[in-house]
Amino acid sequence: MNHLDPNRHVRGESQYLDDVLVQQGTLYAAVFESPLAHGVLRSLDFSAALLAPGVARILTADDIPGINQIGGIVPDEPLLATGHVHFRGQPVALVLARTEAQAHAALKLIEVEIDPLPIITDPRVAAAQGELIVPPRTFKIGDSQAAWAACAHVFEGVAESGGQEHLYIETQGAYAFPTEMGGVRMISSTQGPTAVQRHTAHVLGLGMHQIEVDVTRLGGGFGGKEDQATPWGALAALGAFITKKPVKLVLDRMADMRMTGKRHPYSSDFKIGLDADLKIVAYEVTFFQNAGAAADLSPAVMERTLFHATNSYFVPNVTATAYSCRTNLPPNTAFRGFGGPQGMFVIESAIAKAAEELGVPASTIQRKNLLREGDLFSYRQPAEMCHAEQAWDTAGRHYDLASLWAEVEQFNQTNKLKKKGFAVMPICFGISFTKTPMNQARALVHIYSDGSVGVSTGAVEMGQGVNTKIAHVAARTLGISVNRVKVESTNTTRVANTSPSAASATADLNGKATEMACAALRERLLRHAETEYTLNYEGLEIHDEQVLAAGVPAETNWEKLVSSAFWKRVALTENAHYATPDLHFDATTNTGHPFAYHVYGTAFTTVTVDCLRGTYTVDALRIAHDFGHSFNEVIDRGQIEGGAVQGIGWMTMEEIAYNAEGRLLSNSLNSYKIPDIYAAPAVLDVHFLDTPGHPKAILRSKAVGEPPLMYGIGTYFALRDAVRAFQGHTALPFSAPLTPEKVLGGLYPDFANGQTSPPAPLQKRGEPVPQQ
Amino acid sequence: MISFYLNDQPIRTGEAPASTLLDFVRYHEHLKGTKIGCREGDCGACTVLVGELAPDGLTVNYQSMTSCLTPLGNAHGKHVATVEGINAAAGQLTPVQQAIVDEGGSQCGFCTVGFVMSLTGHSLSEKPATEKNTIAAIDGNICRCTGYKSLERAAARLTAELADRPNANALAWLSEKQFVPAYFAGIPAQLAKLRPETNAAAASSAASAASTTTAHANGGSTVSTSPNGHCQSQNGHDSPAAHPFAHPLLGGGTDLLVQRLEELREQPVRLVFDQSGRRGIRQEAGGRVVLGAATTASHLLESELMRGLIPQLPQYLKLVSSTPIRNMGTVAGNFINGSPIGDLTIMFLALGASITLANPAGGTRELALPDLYLDYKKLAKTPEEQVTEISFPTPLPGDFFHFEKVSKRTHLDIASVNSAAWLRVENGLIQQARISAGGVGPVPLYLARTSAFVVGRELTADTVLAANAVMQAEISPISDVRGTADYKRLLLRQLLWAHFLQFAPELEEAM
Repeated sequence: MNHLDPNRHVRGESQYLDDVLVQQGTLYAAVFESPLAHGVLRSLDFSAALLAPGVARILTADDIPGINQIGGIVPDEPLLATGHVHFRGQPVALVLARTEAQAHAALKLIEVEIDPLPIITDPRVAAAQGELIVPPRTFKIGDSQAAWAACAHVFEGVAESGGQEHLYIETQGAYAFPTEMGGVRMISSTQGPTAVQRHTAHVLGLGMHQIEVDVTRLGGGFGGKEDQATPWGALAALGAFITKKPVKLVLDRMADMRMTGKRHPYSSDFKIGLDADLKIVAYEVTFFQNAGAAADLSPAVMERTLFHATNSYFVPNVTATAYSCRTNLPPNTAFRGFGGPQGMFVIESAIAKAAEELGVPASTIQRKNLLREGDLFSYRQPAEMCHAEQAWDTAGRHYDLASLWAEVEQFNQTNKLKKKGFAVMPICFGISFTKTPMNQARALVHIYSDGSVGVSTGAVEMGQGVNTKIAHVAARTLGISVNRVKVESTNTTRVANTSPSAASATADLNGKATEMACAALRERLLRHAETEYTLNYEGLEIHDEQVLAAGVPAETNWEKLVSSAFWKRVALTENAHYATPDLHFDATTNTGHPFAYHVYGTAFTTVTVDCLRGTYTVDALRIAHDFGHSFNEVIDRGQIEGGAVQGIGWMTMEEIAYNAEGRLLSNSLNSYKIPDIYAAPAVLDVHFLDTPGHPKAILRSKAVGEPPLMYGIGTYFALRDAVRAFQGHTALPFSAPLTPEKVLGGLYPDFANGQTSPPAPLQKRGEPVPQQ
Repeated sequence: MISFYLNDQPIRTGEAPASTLLDFVRYHEHLKGTKIGCREGDCGACTVLVGELAPDGLTVNYQSMTSCLTPLGNAHGKHVATVEGINAAAGQLTPVQQAIVDEGGSQCGFCTVGFVMSLTGHSLSEKPATEKNTIAAIDGNICRCTGYKSLERAAARLTAELADRPNANALAWLSEKQFVPAYFAGIPAQLAKLRPETNAAAASSAASAASTTTAHANGGSTVSTSPNGHCQSQNGHDSPAAHPFAHPLLGGGTDLLVQRLEELREQPVRLVFDQSGRRGIRQEAGGRVVLGAATTASHLLESELMRGLIPQLPQYLKLVSSTPIRNMGTVAGNFINGSPIGDLTIMFLALGASITLANPAGGTRELALPDLYLDYKKLAKTPEEQVTEISFPTPLPGDFFHFEKVSKRTHLDIASVNSAAWLRVENGLIQQARISAGGVGPVPLYLARTSAFVVGRELTADTVLAANAVMQAEISPISDVRGTADYKRLLLRQLLWAHFLQFAPELEEAM
């Protein structure tokens, strides 16, 4: 069965936020942003803007009836700036006008006075000045300090990974309508409808029951709409609440890029110790996370970095410390992998460093140290149903690792100006929200009297196919055709107190709740069949819409059974609640059992570097992945392919650039590049490992959203391998993304010492940059 | 009035000619299948098909265009097809749509319609479908979800299906196979009927915007309004006095609607594509190749003359923007935009191009392309002067010409550094040379000193090294979002090597 939504997508019939028919009287909102990254807000002058054509109203923090606060984890983020501004692009005021163009035109007429304050953009500088979002955290197992003496080899270094723009093709937005009860109903492009609801209620000083948030689907999220859809929803709601008119707020692309946070850049120090047999004995790492100007989800992202600091390896002595550093950039936020990729990049760098210094292939060290059944992670959860070695070895056999290596070797011997590189990237990713209470979900299932079924959950469809999976679970559990099942929009009035669609866990949590609700309905219907048709309950089942008694078709089918149950006043609606069992985590000791299970896999990456130009291609990405029992291979393969290419983008061309004033230089699609069709690997093979799945995974089909992103990390190391094949003496830093510029610098390290120009300040020539 | 067909409906609108086709389609006609992703031609979510009546009046040639950068005025006399206009009845999927669904080529769906339209346009093309050119048809479509492999599989499936497409009467076959609805067959006749009307009306539409008074509008103007660029002016001659020369000139919109949309849609504009005699590529008896000012990058690619003179042109142009942008953007527009890294400008600098500028008084003058550039975005022309033609001396067989471009992403990106070189070599000695480089100065640079330096020298590594020293003194790159100054210097050195390696592969031994 395919993803159900695309039948509508390809015809352009799927409705996204901006496609909703506009109600008469709608006001359009545009956000006035701070033009400086840090300062004291002295004055705002709206006099000219208020006289501009079509302008209805301009709102500031003073107009907020409730609490001017949208911080989710730490209350440190006002909806509209007051007193101080902390990043360029911070919302300061909201213009409401009769047309979108009028609202945007009025922005240019607003005068603001800000006394500038010092600007920090570097997380290490922030840490040195004590600018921390939350106190640092340390995950520790064994005694790394004591272990160094016993190590045959110890290596230290620095690794840096850059930010990443989500670049959902649908920008952020919300459309809010005043309700007759004095509250607000809104359509929001959010992964977290409850977050939008809760913060909007606080901002408006209302109960959550007065705020209804409805989500049909998103044109991509990737974490960027988990917490950061909230400001736009709350602002639109504020406008609707105050003006009593519908208010629509959709960010244009450049505003979206300027104002919203991205994947966290990290700068990290590592120290790794190995014994003579290349077993990793000890690992110390200090992460400096660039959190931006407010907490947003940074503490949780930082925590997941610590959870994944040792990736797929067993290390007996680990000390991993992380600092969440406050800088004057937009608050960075969730992005597929949620800190995990940043942690993994560092240990892979440490292993690469050790391998390069020792003159052994990195894969030798990697393979020797893979997790085995029962090995403890630093947080004390054991690796259970561990497939790390299986993934590696199966990939090795399936793709013939030896010959892949030999090909690279041979190519490099015969080519002077082109070099191939190769890397293995094993992954291990924990599934569950690491904040244990978030691992709960509800499903509301209606069977209508004609036998059709409506399912509501907290899951938000954003392309990951969760609605298709939920429909499949419902159909399979009820024994009916999927064509009878409709997955409803995600609405806070039908399913309340939801967790965001995130952490790869959406299908597991909401699917399990759906399964429970449908199982209860099925049982109720079969109990009804037992009495109504005098059948033996044992052995009763519904299969392909036919009621079977001990395998024999009974006199009734789905439609008749439902109809008869309705007339016998049997409840045809069920609400189920699922909470992942056995999860616990103590954030004071940083130990416990935070994950329902782990997902494993291994990827082989082959690249070719053009050593004349510094450009490169990713030739092949060959993956063996632990899906468990996939019940939708089209969707699951799509998640692997899409995630891996996103990871490749993060490691190669996606370069976020801010200048020292905190201004985003990579501020549009012409200066920030994500992979296009030619940038995708020519070969991208996905092998479905024969693994049993996990009972805590929906229908034993393991979560698949985030893990594949980390296969992309292999691209960095394959490129590094190729550069070193050309230039053995290069001091290429462990710095991602490895852009063509960095590659060329690595290939010709002497050039910069020879002929250089005086250093020019980083600036963008001319505005706007033209189309080419 | 702007008159065209939108799907199966005739449209007559007084909306501003410099407003975007995207806004018209989405917010005026409420056809919401066409999505907004970036409004700068970089994502393809808003891709539509624009069909133009062939000179024979019997067929319509469709091209994919990003509607966000298509001036509404350029739709005049055309057939614009959005997804609503290609959907089959009763929820049936077209073969393009079916292939995408079956192969899992759509996840969140926001970019999907753009892919559907690009591939549908490819199905309507006259060229035989190959896996390569089917992929090329979606080179302007960005997808953040799928990683493209499923779309590649869909494209491969489509290529196989299109193998059966007959050369003759392809539209009937496409219609029968439900690639496009049956009404497409009637479009040529409908557009032919529009012709007289568009010829009469477009002068005013070109000169006036709905939002302004008609002070500039001159309904009786003699401006020729050929929707397809092949019709001749009604009077045989344009009367220069009637031209509102002060109005901004708008070609494909690929630069100006990114940079100045809000300003342009509030005022009258002149539309290059509505002017007569601005298209076509021809070789003159005197040995020069002449391009009309409305020549797009796609026209270069389709020109047998150009491909014959520069056999590697398809490879070079693959590095220049994307299929829909190449369908829209003009060569002259690339020159006049004055971007220091304009790809086509860099190519034509090395080809020795000059431009013909016409002024309101009817006078014309020739200007060597290097002389057009005074400083960053400062041109040696008055705002009233308009490029009418571009010409360059015909390269001789045996001449070397090569173009290089490096950008963060190889395709659909702006260069960090680009460069072109033309050399004439006799008896092992360089007789003539023209080398250009972009991204290393405030303007697209013709490297006069470097070019002069290599003349009289051999194609050797020593020449490259010495030429590089001259070149490094001739450039002044700055650090920006496309790279640091040091990188650009190193990169240009490498690209100089790349030129010479192209001409003399044996130099690799000397590296």
